Amino acid sequence: MRFVFKTSYDQDIRLLKHGGQTFWYGLLVVALVAAPAVVSEYYLSQLTFIAIYALIGVGLMLLTGYTGQVSLGHAAFLAVGAYTEAVLQAHGVPFGLSLAAAGLLAGLAGIVIGLPALRLSGIYLVIATMAFGFIVQEVLTRWESVTRGSLGITLRPISLAGVRLVEEWQLYYLALAVLTLVLLGVLNLLRAPTGRAFVAIRDSEISAQSMGIGLARYKTASFALSAAITGLAGALYAHKLQFISPEQFGIILSVELAMMIFIGGIGSLHGAVFGAIFLIALPQLVAVAKDYLPAAIGHQTGLEPTVFGLILVLVIVFEPQGLYGRWLKVRHYLQTFPLYKADMFRRQRTFMKSERAR
Amino acid sequence: MSLLRVENLSIQFGGIKAVTDVGFEVMEGEVFTIIGPNGAGKTTIFNLISCLYAPTAGRVMFGDVELTRLAPHDIAGLGIARTFQNIELFEQATVLDNLLIGRHCHRRTGLLADLLFLPGVQRAEREQREAVERVIDLLDLAHYREARVGGLPYGVRKVVELGRALAMQPRLLLLDEPSSGLNVEETDDMAWWIRDIKEELGITVLMVEHDMNLVARVSDRVLALNYGQVLATGTPAEVQRHPEVVEAYLGG
Repeated sequence: MRFVFKTSYDQDIRLLKHGGQTFWYGLLVVALVAAPAVVSEYYLSQLTFIAIYALIGVGLMLLTGYTGQVSLGHAAFLAVGAYTEAVLQAHGVPFGLSLAAAGLLAGLAGIVIGLPALRLSGIYLVIATMAFGFIVQEVLTRWESVTRGSLGITLRPISLAGVRLVEEWQLYYLALAVLTLVLLGVLNLLRAPTGRAFVAIRDSEISAQSMGIGLARYKTASFALSAAITGLAGALYAHKLQFISPEQFGIILSVELAMMIFIGGIGSLHGAVFGAIFLIALPQLVAVAKDYLPAAIGHQTGLEPTVFGLILVLVIVFEPQGLYGRWLKVRHYLQTFPLYKADMFRRQRTFMKSERAR
Repeated sequence: MSLLRVENLSIQFGGIKAVTDVGFEVMEGEVFTIIGPNGAGKTTIFNLISCLYAPTAGRVMFGDVELTRLAPHDIAGLGIARTFQNIELFEQATVLDNLLIGRHCHRRTGLLADLLFLPGVQRAEREQREAVERVIDLLDLAHYREARVGGLPYGVRKVVELGRALAMQPRLLLLDEPSSGLNVEETDDMAWWIRDIKEELGITVLMVEHDMNLVARVSDRVLALNYGQVLATGTPAEVQRHPEVVEAYLGG
């Protein structure tokens, strides 16, 4: 067991709370940096995907997990980022600029959807964001002069400061760097007044207002930031796939992204990353499991979505805090080893039923 | 000197006249209590003062500022804090974070500075935490500092909500039924705290309360309300003896 003895305010403000965290996160960084030397190209490519999906997860988590605004339209922001990158690259804009533009344009799209969304909440907001997703997909299909419609756009490798990033490890490092910077930014935000205002809006709009938090301002900011982060991910996503077309950014992807953060663990950045790992690892695990399953099950079409759906249901029923919640419990079990109490995490019954008393 | 002046305030919801022509003044440094049977319009008056509703007629003046023209989130910046009848805390956040959110109206940093966590943000954070720590000391919340609000007992949450309002360092504190759901001991604590708030912190208190014992102990003046209309105003003893108030409560 570790007891952190606090003697200054800075200890609460710091990102790394104690030596143990410094050690483990340091080890993680070393492992991630060393990965290209150790793992095969195929697994490195999967790691790149994880980094990109984690980036989207962080963006979506900021909006859904921290501000409480559920979105089923995030594939659209991803598409805006991806297409901005693709079109700008075709026009010879350097990568640094086009990446920034992808984030910026997606952020603006976030404001556009965020403003009407101010009047909506709950299921109505879900429908509105879903509609936005359809609109963006349709625009990308029809606006052929720019997006080449259903033909799609093929991207050339990124050239960054004169170096063409053709190798997998180069893109991996780039995605990792963007993810790290965005994570640090979001972590900063969450320990500052802005992040707390987001949380306030999520938990009680009425008292957030009484604390002087303008709902319009902060909800729009959350939408914009979330969309901008997703846009950055979109630019990387486009280069990872090397080819983008409108049908990739449909409702299915939006649903997958939302499921990713719910399974990962809503309301924590760890959850966003865990969800991304899950989303990428699951198809691999299913593919491996196929060989061991009876042919009648293993060769069924739709095995993967079924497993995915089943896991989502199980997570919601048995572990609403997602993979991250499960991880916290496992860690607690190990830390307190012989003293673990089964009731430690049992949720208290609330007798006062209200919308917020979950 | 009057801090809050309510003038001819009325609000109608469709055909229901919730508040009709209510007027009163709250003086700087006093504890002013609104009493009345259920549905008398007490909380409605609070919601009108916090701009959650727009009045059909009349206005609310806070010093020289007309509140009725403002948005709900502009009120905090003027120095008005409130608590809610049914506790509206940020359930998934810790007690410390709840109180820190109470400091929101004192924030000086912008979104971009927060994103980069510039030295100014760090400095501001330390100051906010210092201010919050004073409230934690006053209300004896140190034991719950890191606890998630959602898991705390009702009595403690009530105190946390009071703390969150105090963290705003307001000039006027609106308390909506501070003793509802509290046991005798906790109500007693609440009475002491309200007195401390008035005398030590110099904050003017406007509250809605049912517990006449508490009302009599802490209030300087009381206003009795029934069916959205003022029945009587005066010291607690005067109002309790007022024939119309007796009739409203006992059914005459």
